[in-house]
Amino acid sequence: MAENTDWTRKTAAELADALAAGETTSVEITQAHLDRIAAVDGAVHAFLHVDAEGALAQAAESDARRAAGTLLSGLDGVPIAVKDVLATDGLPTTCGSKILEGWIPPYDATVVRRLKEAGLPILGKTNMDEFAMGSSTEHSAYGATHNPWDLDRIPGGSGGGSAAAVAAFEAPLALGTDTGGSIRQPGAVTGTVGHKPTYGGVSRYGLVALANSLDQVGPVTRTVLDSALLHEIIGGHDPKDSTSIDQPLPALVEAARQGATGDLTGLKVGVITELSGDGWQPGVMARFQESVDLLVKAGAEVVEVSCPTFVHALATYYLILPAEASSNLAKFDAMRYGLRVWPHEGASAEEVMRASRDAGFGDEVKRRIILGTYALSSGYYDAYYGQAQKVRTLISRDFEAAFEKVDVLVSPTAPTTAFKLGEKLDDPIAMYLNDLATIPANLAGVPGISVPSGLADEDGLPAGFQVLAPALADDRCYRVAAALESALHAQWGGPLVPKEIA
Amino acid sequence: MTDTLVAFDDVLASYDPALGLEVHVELNTNTKMFCGCPAVFGGEPNTQVCPTCLGLPGAMPVVNAKAIESAIRIGLALNCEIAEWCRFARKNYFYPDMPKNFQTSQYDEPIAFDGWMDVEVDGETFRVEIERAHMEEDTGKSLHVGGSTGRIHGADHSLVDYNRAGIPLIEIVTKPIQGAGEKAPAVARAYVSQLRDLIVALGVSEARMDQGNLRADVNLSLAPKGSGVLGTRTETKNVNSFRSVERAVRYEMQRHAGILDEGGSILQETRHWHEDTGITTSGREKSDAEDYRYFPEPDLVPVAPSREWVEQLRGTLPENPTQKRARLQADWGYTDLEMRDVIASGSIGLIEETVAAGATPQAARKWWLSELGRRANDAGVDITDLGVTPAQVAAVQALVDGGTLNDKLARQVFDGLLAGEGTPEEIVAARGLAIVSDDGALSAAVDNAIAANPDVADKIRDGKVAAAGALIGEVMKEMRGQADAGRVRELILEKLT
Repeated sequence: MAENTDWTRKTAAELADALAAGETTSVEITQAHLDRIAAVDGAVHAFLHVDAEGALAQAAESDARRAAGTLLSGLDGVPIAVKDVLATDGLPTTCGSKILEGWIPPYDATVVRRLKEAGLPILGKTNMDEFAMGSSTEHSAYGATHNPWDLDRIPGGSGGGSAAAVAAFEAPLALGTDTGGSIRQPGAVTGTVGHKPTYGGVSRYGLVALANSLDQVGPVTRTVLDSALLHEIIGGHDPKDSTSIDQPLPALVEAARQGATGDLTGLKVGVITELSGDGWQPGVMARFQESVDLLVKAGAEVVEVSCPTFVHALATYYLILPAEASSNLAKFDAMRYGLRVWPHEGASAEEVMRASRDAGFGDEVKRRIILGTYALSSGYYDAYYGQAQKVRTLISRDFEAAFEKVDVLVSPTAPTTAFKLGEKLDDPIAMYLNDLATIPANLAGVPGISVPSGLADEDGLPAGFQVLAPALADDRCYRVAAALESALHAQWGGPLVPKEIA
Repeated sequence: MTDTLVAFDDVLASYDPALGLEVHVELNTNTKMFCGCPAVFGGEPNTQVCPTCLGLPGAMPVVNAKAIESAIRIGLALNCEIAEWCRFARKNYFYPDMPKNFQTSQYDEPIAFDGWMDVEVDGETFRVEIERAHMEEDTGKSLHVGGSTGRIHGADHSLVDYNRAGIPLIEIVTKPIQGAGEKAPAVARAYVSQLRDLIVALGVSEARMDQGNLRADVNLSLAPKGSGVLGTRTETKNVNSFRSVERAVRYEMQRHAGILDEGGSILQETRHWHEDTGITTSGREKSDAEDYRYFPEPDLVPVAPSREWVEQLRGTLPENPTQKRARLQADWGYTDLEMRDVIASGSIGLIEETVAAGATPQAARKWWLSELGRRANDAGVDITDLGVTPAQVAAVQALVDGGTLNDKLARQVFDGLLAGEGTPEEIVAARGLAIVSDDGALSAAVDNAIAANPDVADKIRDGKVAAAGALIGEVMKEMRGQADAGRVRELILEKLT
């Protein structure tokens, strides 16, 4: 066994190799991450719940399997953190909301079951904006998560907990969910990798729905290869999710490995005209342009592509999402589980529902319930929800037209680097604008990955590069992102990491 | 407040009634509409539940293919078009027995639409136009504890059983039925009754109204006679038998007329039918035109039945009800009048099953229309809910045919059946009802009767054979009914002629 190795600094692929070589054990790796959580999570607050006992027991089982030669997968024994919006049998699942405080699901989300079936110890549940509504994780009812690059700044959202946990070396891998950018935007602002799969590519069964037609579960990691490895474990058809695609996944790990060789000869890349210009931070745009140049160097042909309807994506999204969310969140009524508030003795069921929802939901959730209820109301449906669905179709057509010309589309993942905690809390529109570049992919159901593109000159904070591909072609995202990653790592002499957390 | 009721004939003098019926049919699929839980009646509360039908966070629905098949077959049997593509929609409203606080239903894209069913009343045929038949899930069941009425009002707490939540339902909605006039109540009853026969023939539901497998909501409105317009309607729920359907329509017609006659206007509302008192009372007001905020269910993919499948299912349909009635009448040799009575009594299916179990058509008709029809009427239940099965009726008739019972004794067997005393044979044995075929005992009784009535005996000796009836009565009385009247007559005539 190697002396003084800090297992938390290794990628998942490296950990798998070390386990295979007998250099360490799953228990040792898992314990190292639990120690790291104990050391830094007081400052980062990436986790809402840490299951040290469960994770170590699963790690011990993995080590036993390794001794017996009955491994379940290539990542058997590599620990992982899970966003608190995914149901975990026996572990609290709060969705960052007071209304689910103390709720322990009696079942596992399909992706969680697949993690267990692949032998990955689950470290705990990560923080998030309440019911995944937000871009900063400040809307968590349990307190904000801090960006490991600058603890005074936001880690992105809604999956700021998963991204910060991975960026702060508290976990080598995490699961996120992405409805309008909740995997990719936190990835961009924490210098990590996040992939939103094709809609239907990963089961949503057990994902507490924000907006069912937009949500997807995906990997949050520090390298493109790790994302592909994790994606292959969680992806694929699930009969419990009617919207899941009944087709085999493309060869994602192979695509990532191929991309890492740095050869993109013959690939056509489209830069989306509409996702740049006013409001885009110069340092973010500079890193983006350098990344595009690296793709050209790797052999890709780059053209500019216009997707004119993308300027309506944000407005469309903020009608469809609240509409679906307002209906999804109706089930939180204090009748069967979660918070129950009695406004007075002898209160009726309706009064209990009202008081519990009033006390249990935060402002952003209430805001979106009201928006969605309004958008679906009789007399307004056609003008709002109906119209939004039509624009959504137009956005999909823009993607289709673009993918007739190019193999992938690229843009900066988010317009800016991480902003200060509290900076945009009172300005919902400013907060919503963070997802400008990520939302179109959700509306059209296409896959997208965010990979670090370097640090912005103004603030020294990470920026992200987004690669979008046609539905079912997640492998293209991995190939291009891996090529860029390897070119950038060569420039930087390895991955960029935040300063040690004090 | 007591409602002012106008005499039925006076209602018709001033108004034209329009009916609308919404019938919910609970399908008899093995599993629920959107999950794998068993879809069976009863069971300990909250034992037939899972994350999906409990609406736990994160759980998702998957459509039951068998339920879609049943929905299409019902649609085809009602002469409907079958949608080439349709979706489920969420009907949003808060209620504790709704696990998700929305019901997964269908809105503007029903699986079946634009059909019809011919309904026969007193030999006259009414065509009832079907607007749509759509699929949805049932809700849980609330139990209100502590009040005197079992209703939520006055209860001190409520319990909810989610076993029923998610059981597949088909809701069948008619277009407004106009022009039925005085027959409106009978048409409503006949529609529900014939719809039930159709559902049973399709084999898609137990279709027991008393168990709630088949639930009818009755919409009624009145319009000034000859105006041709539709008035404001009320929707009466909790109508749990064919008989009540008829009574509820009649009651609402009389009540509406009472309000309209005094210049009032009808409040569009839900009303509750009270079986015991035979009246309706106001439920929740619908004047707010509750906004259910329907939108397509994003967790389910559209249902797009192939035309090949639809045609294959069309091949599985039972005989068309009108043709079937004509065939049965011919097979059974009933007169038009007899057939009309059978249809009106709602026992056509029962007679069919009784004949299938071995009874003659005339015997089957006799029992169901006279003896059992009377008992159902006395008990105030539909004949299908009386609790006597066609197989039992056939078994009783077989005992009559075999000489074990006569009709009078058979009636006592029905008493035993209704009291749950076992099979007809067990009841005959336990109650000692069998006819005495021992000629020795009969002969002695005949001798006693002759001795006690010498004048009657003389008349018979003089050739007035009809007088034997009086002696037969005496003998039957002595034998406490347990004798074959034919054999008694033979013995009397042997002894006196």
